[in-house]
Amino acid sequence: MSRLARLLGFLVAVRAAARAAMGAAADRREPRPAPESDFDPRKRVVPSSRRAEAAVAVLLLLAALFGVGFTVIYVGLGADTQLLGVAIGGALCLLAAAAIVAGKMVVPQETAVEDRGPLLDEQQIETVVEVIEAGAEGISRRGLLIGAGGVAGAALVTAAATPLASLGPTLSGLHLTPWARGIRLVDDQGRPYLAQDIQIGAFYTALPEHSDPEAFGAGLLVVRLPANFLHLPAARRAWAPEGIVAYSKVCPHAGCAISLYRYPTYAPTSQQPAFTCPCHYSTFLPGEGGRVTFGPAGRSLPQLPLMVGSDGYLHAAGPFHEDIGPSWWGVHRSES
Amino acid sequence: MNLIERHVHGRFERAGRTADERLGVMGGIKWAMRYVFPDHWSFLLGEIALYSFIVLVATGIYLTLYYVPSDSQVIYHGSYPLLQGEQMSEAYRSVLDLSTSVPAGLLFRQVHHWAADVFIAAIVLHLMRVFFTGAYRKPRDLNYFIGLTMLMLAILEGFAGYSLVDDLLSGMGLAIAYSVAMSIPLIGGQLATLIWGGPFPGSSTFWPRLEIVHVLLIPVALAVLITMHLAIIMRQHHSQFPGPGRRERNVVGTPMWPAYALRSIGLLLAVAGVLFLLGGLVQINPIWQWGPYHPYLSENGAQPDWYIGWLIGALRLMPNWELVIGGRTVIPNPFWGGAAFPLAVFGVLFAWPAVERRVTRDIRRHDLLDRPRDRPIRTAIGAAFLSWVVIVFAVGSTDRIFYRLGVSYTTQIHVWRVGIWVIPIVVFFLTRSVWRSLQQSGSHPLRAWQGEVVRRRPDGGVDVIAESPDRSEPERTEPPVGTVPGREFRV
Repeated sequence: MSRLARLLGFLVAVRAAARAAMGAAADRREPRPAPESDFDPRKRVVPSSRRAEAAVAVLLLLAALFGVGFTVIYVGLGADTQLLGVAIGGALCLLAAAAIVAGKMVVPQETAVEDRGPLLDEQQIETVVEVIEAGAEGISRRGLLIGAGGVAGAALVTAAATPLASLGPTLSGLHLTPWARGIRLVDDQGRPYLAQDIQIGAFYTALPEHSDPEAFGAGLLVVRLPANFLHLPAARRAWAPEGIVAYSKVCPHAGCAISLYRYPTYAPTSQQPAFTCPCHYSTFLPGEGGRVTFGPAGRSLPQLPLMVGSDGYLHAAGPFHEDIGPSWWGVHRSES
Repeated sequence: MNLIERHVHGRFERAGRTADERLGVMGGIKWAMRYVFPDHWSFLLGEIALYSFIVLVATGIYLTLYYVPSDSQVIYHGSYPLLQGEQMSEAYRSVLDLSTSVPAGLLFRQVHHWAADVFIAAIVLHLMRVFFTGAYRKPRDLNYFIGLTMLMLAILEGFAGYSLVDDLLSGMGLAIAYSVAMSIPLIGGQLATLIWGGPFPGSSTFWPRLEIVHVLLIPVALAVLITMHLAIIMRQHHSQFPGPGRRERNVVGTPMWPAYALRSIGLLLAVAGVLFLLGGLVQINPIWQWGPYHPYLSENGAQPDWYIGWLIGALRLMPNWELVIGGRTVIPNPFWGGAAFPLAVFGVLFAWPAVERRVTRDIRRHDLLDRPRDRPIRTAIGAAFLSWVVIVFAVGSTDRIFYRLGVSYTTQIHVWRVGIWVIPIVVFFLTRSVWRSLQQSGSHPLRAWQGEVVRRRPDGGVDVIAESPDRSEPERTEPPVGTVPGREFRV
């Protein structure tokens, strides 16, 4: 470590030496006197010159020009965002330049010394405490009054806070989904999905028919998997007619909609199909009941049982058997 | 004095009399005009934050005149062709209309967004300046706590602001915020449904609530805290770096009137000017490209504004640990990255002044600042802590790194899960030794070097081949290696 430090120190020294050798370090600072305590840094210079004053005037007039330009662009030139930005930004920057030039080259430049003075004053503390205590002079039942005041205060604070209860909580029905046996799967235009339309390698977003698509648990991910990728838990064998599986689209980690689907393109080296959430990259296996293989999600993706109706359309074969949405204290976990 | 000057002089005197007869303020005004500001560039960071806040309020008032806080679903028939016929919330439509149809509307919205990013960046840099120079020590610890509170509020305010738009990107952010709120042990469910007025995406009362939080509650809180921050500074006077004639009990610098006032107004105008140039010329948050939010949609490669990056990084980096007892998820995963991590960071920052006081047993008042090298251990701890947070921040962009550079996402996460603990330790030792050697050598990485370069002659003597231009300035040469920060006291 100290070797590394020495190396860095050496690099700093080399750079400084190079700058000194090339004269680049012609620092224009005045040699500063030693910081003796009696050194007085006070000084006052009046730098104003006709040139500096003229420069400030020119900058101010240019700023005025840009300011007028803003109004002209707004009224006459179609209020183009870029031009408006240049006009008002330019006006402000020119005004800034005028103020800074005036502050550095026109008005007197002064280095002043101000005393800081003490903050702590023991005498005052004592006086204040005495004044406060003098206010309680002659009171015999101080404890009773303070206690009664405390009770009154607590009662009032409670009364003031009570109306907060009208805000909630509204925990009942948290993350209920519209999904139940027989509900048809439709796309975002309301067209029902035919089982035969679900292709291997693609993923489909499905919503419940005749139901609010804005509900948190409405969205489903639907994919068709070939048999070699389908390893559902025994209890869920019937949930995947023709190899079609459906999962909640809401990531059980932090509630984003899962929108990435990895499907093997070259079987010998590719990994099995997986859903990935684009927010924190939790990765779930649709062939294994939504098991988490990577990322921060703490539980599996909830699976919805499916069935194919006699009309060939996809239907839910039942509700979700575990809670959808992000985990919380009251979440029901299915550990199958 | 010519005629005009005499006239102006008379005017000033009359105005002063009018004010003083009624308010008796001339003493205060005299004091304020002679108030001394120490000259150092790093003192401007806080001013940049203050001036960004002014730009935020000014542009924000303009935006509130157009915003509609409603999640009622409508069909879009506005002037942007690619979203024709789309279903969206009224809130999103109002911001879309502001951006596409109101003259100068997009300019003001983009300036507002840029100003928020600059505001928080300036606060963070200001905080770093305060930390590394020991400016948080007594008597400024109170003001340091106020500043930290403002930083937390500013992050919350920025998040609330871009969430109001209800575009696809911000909707995903709200879903994550809801999940983090839900993840708080015991009270999470109640808290989240209380804020959202029911389960996500919330009841229609959520949007007016979010708007009031963004345009009234937090801005008023910030304004009050800014006022306190400045009032405390004026009562205590600015701290200053050591230098000739500068002592614990004085302030050396430029008085408010006239030079400092003009320069500071110049900075205000420059901040506003740069923000308006950015807002006009550099696109930010093109909401029409994200589209409206629906819970069943999300966008790939989504990135939040920079000040949320550390939280998304923490959520991504965390292994999938959840505390489950008896089938109940006691601590869900988003709690670690979304709540525990920021609480830990701010907890450390809030606790630091007391920790340092306890370790160094230094309870004196300090008005002279340290240079980072004067306290190598504090600087090293600060740098290590900073690197810890910056790594988490960087993890927030792992998907972009995968996309741009092809480095596997999973590999990056596995590497960072180790790096997050190793790198800060390396940074600690590296910073400590570099700052110690700087302290001993008296050299400055940015300033002219003190000393001379010599070459040895064959006969054993030396030739001076280069000399630093300014050797008259005596540097502090005593090497307090091994001293604990703040234990000794030097002027």
